[in-house]
Amino acid sequence: MTSVWVTVAVVGAGTAAIKALGPVALGGRALPERFTNVVSLLAPALLAALVAVQALGAERSIVLDERLLGLAAAGIAIWRKAPLLVVVIVAACVTALVRLAA
Amino acid sequence: MEQGPSAERRHRDGARAAAPLAIAVAAFGISFGLLARAEGWGWAAPVVMSATTFAGSSQFAALSVLGDGGTVAAAVTAALLLNARYAPIGVSVAPYMSGSAWSRFLHAQLIVDESWAISAEGHGRYNTRMLIGAGLTLYAAWIAGTAVGSLFGDALADPEALGLDAAFPALFLALLVPQIRDRRALAAALLGAAIAVVLTPVAPAGVPIIAASAACLLGVRRT
Repeated sequence: MTSVWVTVAVVGAGTAAIKALGPVALGGRALPERFTNVVSLLAPALLAALVAVQALGAERSIVLDERLLGLAAAGIAIWRKAPLLVVVIVAACVTALVRLAA
Repeated sequence: MEQGPSAERRHRDGARAAAPLAIAVAAFGISFGLLARAEGWGWAAPVVMSATTFAGSSQFAALSVLGDGGTVAAAVTAALLLNARYAPIGVSVAPYMSGSAWSRFLHAQLIVDESWAISAEGHGRYNTRMLIGAGLTLYAAWIAGTAVGSLFGDALADPEALGLDAAFPALFLALLVPQIRDRRALAAALLGAAIAVVLTPVAPAGVPIIAASAACLLGVRRT
């Protein structure tokens, strides 16, 4: 039980420090232009990586499963300009239905 | 915080954008509470962890490392590696966070992938009020879900059977598409995804996402 609480405390403190690093150190100050160009590409790079890992990753492997069909359905919903709520629900429903059928 | 009506509306806009996700986040909170309970964490430790760490994947990682008989050091390392991406993410929103160092510290705690993505306005601009509104909504859902899971988890459905694990990539895809405004953004997205996929089988969890952030170095080149 002690090891659980030590883990909870250290992970909590470490995560708080990591999250606050940028905002506390440089909050409110504009970054140099060169740096802004780099940071502006962070959103597309990280979001695409999150899509890939969340849709294909499982522990330490890449698997193709029902999530991909849910994601494809979400892609169609996005292309048809559906609202965010609809996109998320479509992905979950298609994935659940395919799992149910399998 | 002293803010006018339009500012209030923007907090609410962030909360509204996060609402559909809050359901999925609560469901994953329930599964975290449930699994932690099953690992003998009791109900208090999972809830305290959700309130203080507020970063789902790292909490699952710490739980599974300890559950597999790993040391505290191994559990902490795995969890903090997963959260290392919040360093560059924090830098990206930093120019838009004003107020005292203490308030910036507290607001920064509301940064999670989803609240950050919702607050992105493109061209590297972020709306802090959207971030706070979305972050608070997801924070409440995460803690409530964890509490429900660790207290009465056994009676609840499996989030995978409901397809909720597919809700997250769908959300990130929906938030990615408007970010692709030019060829450089498209190149960064493709490179980021490629790095993450290639590293997933060979690197510890968390490393592929951090490494993918290197794709933003394409921005060093002048256009």
